[in-house]
Amino acid sequence: MDDTFQIIDHYLMIRLPEEIDHRSCREITRKADALMLDEQVSHVVFDFSNTKFMDSSGIGVLAGRYRKISCFGGKVYVMHADSRMKRILRMSGLTNLIEFMD
Amino acid sequence: MENKMRIELDALPENEGFARVAVAAFVTYRNPTMEEISDIKTAVSEAVTNAVIHAYEEKGGRIVIRCSMQDDLLHMEVEDSGKGIADIGQAMVPLYTSRPDLERSGMGFAFMEAFMDSLEVKSAPGKGTCIIMEKRLGNLPWAADGE
Ligand SMILES: Nc1ncnc2c1ncn2[C@@H]1O[C@H](COP(=O)(O)OP(=O)(O)OP(=O)(O)O)[C@@H](O)[C@H]1O
Ligand SMILES: [Mg+2]
Repeated sequence: MDDTFQIIDHYLMIRLPEEIDHRSCREITRKADALMLDEQVSHVVFDFSNTKFMDSSGIGVLAGRYRKISCFGGKVYVMHADSRMKRILRMSGLTNLIEFMD
Repeated sequence: MENKMRIELDALPENEGFARVAVAAFVTYRNPTMEEISDIKTAVSEAVTNAVIHAYEEKGGRIVIRCSMQDDLLHMEVEDSGKGIADIGQAMVPLYTSRPDLERSGMGFAFMEAFMDSLEVKSAPGKGTCIIMEKRLGNLPWAADGE
């Protein structure tokens, strides 16, 4: 497995791509959901270090993972989001559901 | 001076990135700020993705993007000949989506509205949809790029 997805201490760490759109989201969702079935995973961390672009497709991915992991008491964290990413997350209301790690 | 361009492309996820970059490249000679470029890319992405997902339900079709620059004003239209929107008012309500099954969030129109200066939606069921957006770019052509 490449280091885009890593499980560290019950946290599924997802390194997001440079551009998060409808096309790139399909792959992220598919892989994330497969790994979230792993009983070791209790929380999900989205790492925006490499991300320069995100549209509403990204909101759907984060909200969808939140819906799944929160059923089991898990949390969704966001790290290294720049001010634009934070603005987009805020506009969609996601900042009420997720926690920023940085 | 007016400057116009038109692109016609297949409604495929593979073309979403191309559409964003093409429109961004078209406005480059006006020396837009990084933020203006990001705003335009987001708006293009939302309109094109909606055509791919909603208008043609991921079965493909054609999308036409028309842009014009009249001095510092960008006028952009994204048109499809897909299924159209029956209730435009409802479609534009933030967080409304007809496709929660595809994990859409209903934020597309809200982002187009927030990142562009104006947004108009023309649509007829069975005929298609045309999204018309405008944005005034702040920098003068000779101004330096930046904040
Ligand atoms: N080009 C189009 N053709 C047909 N219906 C459309 C089109 N664009 C938007 N719609 C309708 O308007 C609704 C709202 O669009 P909007 O982009 O705001 O949200 P979404 O696409 O559902 O979700 P998101 O953009 O957050 O992924 C869509 O769910 C769809 O029903
Ligand atoms: Mg949309």
